[in-house]
Amino acid sequence: MTGAEILIECLKREGVEVIFGYPGGQVLPLFDKLYNAPFTFILPRHEQAAAHAADGYARATGKPGVCIATSGPGATNLVTGIATAYMDSIPMIAITGQVKSFLIGNDAFQEADITGITRPVTKHNYLIKDVNDIARTVREAFYIATTGRPGPVLIDLPADVQMQEAPFVWPESVEMRSYKPTYAGHPGQIKKAARLISRASRPIIYAGGGVIGSSACLELRELAEKIQAPVTMTLMGLGAFPSTHPLSLGMLGMHGTAYANHAIMESDLILAVGARFDDRVTGKLDAFAPKAQIIHIDIDPSSISKNVRVHIPIVGDCRTVLRDLIPEIKKKPDTGAWLGTIAEWKKKFPLRYETSGGLKPQYVIEQICKITNNEAILTTEVGQHQMWAAQWGKYIFPRSFISSGGLGTMGFGFPAAMGAKMGRPEKTVFDIAGDGSIQMNIQEIATCVCNKINVKVAILNNGYLGMVRQWQELFYKRRYSHTTLFNPDFVKLAEAYGAVGIRVSKKEDVAPAIERAIATDNVVFLDFQVEPEENVFPMVPAGEALNQMRGLA
Amino acid sequence: MRHTVSVTVENKFGVLARVAGLFSARGYNIASLAVSETLDPSISYMTIVVDAKDEAILEQIKKQLNKLVDVITVTDFTKKEHLDRELVLVKVRCGAKVKAKLEALLKKHIGALVQCKDDTAIIEAVGGQQEIKALLEALQPFSITELIRTGRIALA
Repeated sequence: MTGAEILIECLKREGVEVIFGYPGGQVLPLFDKLYNAPFTFILPRHEQAAAHAADGYARATGKPGVCIATSGPGATNLVTGIATAYMDSIPMIAITGQVKSFLIGNDAFQEADITGITRPVTKHNYLIKDVNDIARTVREAFYIATTGRPGPVLIDLPADVQMQEAPFVWPESVEMRSYKPTYAGHPGQIKKAARLISRASRPIIYAGGGVIGSSACLELRELAEKIQAPVTMTLMGLGAFPSTHPLSLGMLGMHGTAYANHAIMESDLILAVGARFDDRVTGKLDAFAPKAQIIHIDIDPSSISKNVRVHIPIVGDCRTVLRDLIPEIKKKPDTGAWLGTIAEWKKKFPLRYETSGGLKPQYVIEQICKITNNEAILTTEVGQHQMWAAQWGKYIFPRSFISSGGLGTMGFGFPAAMGAKMGRPEKTVFDIAGDGSIQMNIQEIATCVCNKINVKVAILNNGYLGMVRQWQELFYKRRYSHTTLFNPDFVKLAEAYGAVGIRVSKKEDVAPAIERAIATDNVVFLDFQVEPEENVFPMVPAGEALNQMRGLA
Repeated sequence: MRHTVSVTVENKFGVLARVAGLFSARGYNIASLAVSETLDPSISYMTIVVDAKDEAILEQIKKQLNKLVDVITVTDFTKKEHLDRELVLVKVRCGAKVKAKLEALLKKHIGALVQCKDDTAIIEAVGGQQEIKALLEALQPFSITELIRTGRIALA
């Protein structure tokens, strides 16, 4: 078999069904074999979108996403997508063509040192120089991407290696002496944690993306209900615990709910599960949760005690550890009074917005969730609309909220929606976008239309780079430096690509427009003309303590 | 404070770049780094001397090193009894009079005169940090023109 055929055979055996890729000079031998390979192949209009789509596919399905690009610019265009997946621990395989192995280092046409470039943004990467190494490398790459703390792995494959011949040898298992992730938590630590939980009077569960990544949502719910502890989630954790559950506090952090932030600050025990104490979550570190003991469950030892000192670290897979922890809790803590305090906070500081004035972006999100019965997959770009989607959306199921949390990549949501829809075609998929973000990968409307990937894009169009404008309003004396946008006519633009465009500027037109979009068997751009200077509140200014929130009534 | 950490890694191309990249990306300082093959040619041994302000940073460095897929083991020698050695080469200006003084000095310190020509001498010394420090201090009055160190290697 040729190197290209070996690669394709490996992808088949790894269970790959969908590939997002863009051809080019150094992947021609591979694309020749892809011509009649049994994959659904999606050709985006930009390699960055291939990476985000593979990422969105992975987030929606839990299976590793696969993207392919050629050498040089094709490969460098993947980088933002790879870094996005890396920051959010998403399993992904990126395959790049490379110039012929004897030309590497010669500044050949379309040559880039992509393993060098992606070293800090991949979990691991490979440059394959021998056709006999392909099968083992691909096997290892999938193993590394999907085990431990998941992440993207890049395989760089020179064109001549794609053409060389070798026998196909499939390694039945992967054995790496240097890579052995820990799944089971230390039993002694779990016992200690259980005792601490029993003694707590104001416990809170702080759940992150690791709960979704390890499919620990049922266990999380069992634990929360057993010990009657409130649950707050990070942006990445939304969907890990139903936001409609009475114990849910929604998201915490910079734009979290006031009751979540008060609760974590006043708690006496934080049970952190698959979360990493990001600065957007903790606020000012020295002032974070001063009365709390912290139990931290995470598969990545380097996440533990990195930002916040932890009292009981448990290194392991969230699901495995929770399964071991739940039966160890012999005495349930008495949280009655604590839940009472939280109920008062919920009553006193509800999420709210001013309903007078123009069309409110929060209302649009509420309507999308209501009309889809909270069963749609929502992806987002990055900015105000993302935070409104996090605050006002209801997420009942894991993998129903897909957003670039760590890297904060504008232009992520639309191609990610495309990937999510490919992975879960039965689902309604909405990209919640801003008028700025959507233009960072708007070319993918062509991909969606011609492949009938009927995602719906809700543009909360305020004519600004809204989040930056908000910071300029609050912290830079309203000096709106380069945040005003001149936008195209999104309706005509959608129509030009063969999609459907709907403009909405009145509240009463919101629900009918969403219903029409869902009923339309095509890609739909909804251009919601929202209140231009609406702000995201509450807000903890960067570097302040979590209970120093602005924008409370 | 300086800490000596040893790392065994898969002997593959790019591994040094991964380790060095980790330090630069996270803003840690490498004071010295020595790399070589081990008895098993598929494994390389790195001895890294790091500057870490506090225990938490050292902890992070070790965890981040462990996280690299090609890293097999990480050993911290900070609180461990171990032996470390370094090789230094020192070039000093050296006329006939000075040479006698140098030879006298080298009777009290580690190091040997390994080359002496055209008014310069090269001293080679292998030893632990204390001995090397003492030698270099003793050499202060001489005019040192060049100084090269291999960086520490350590074994427990």
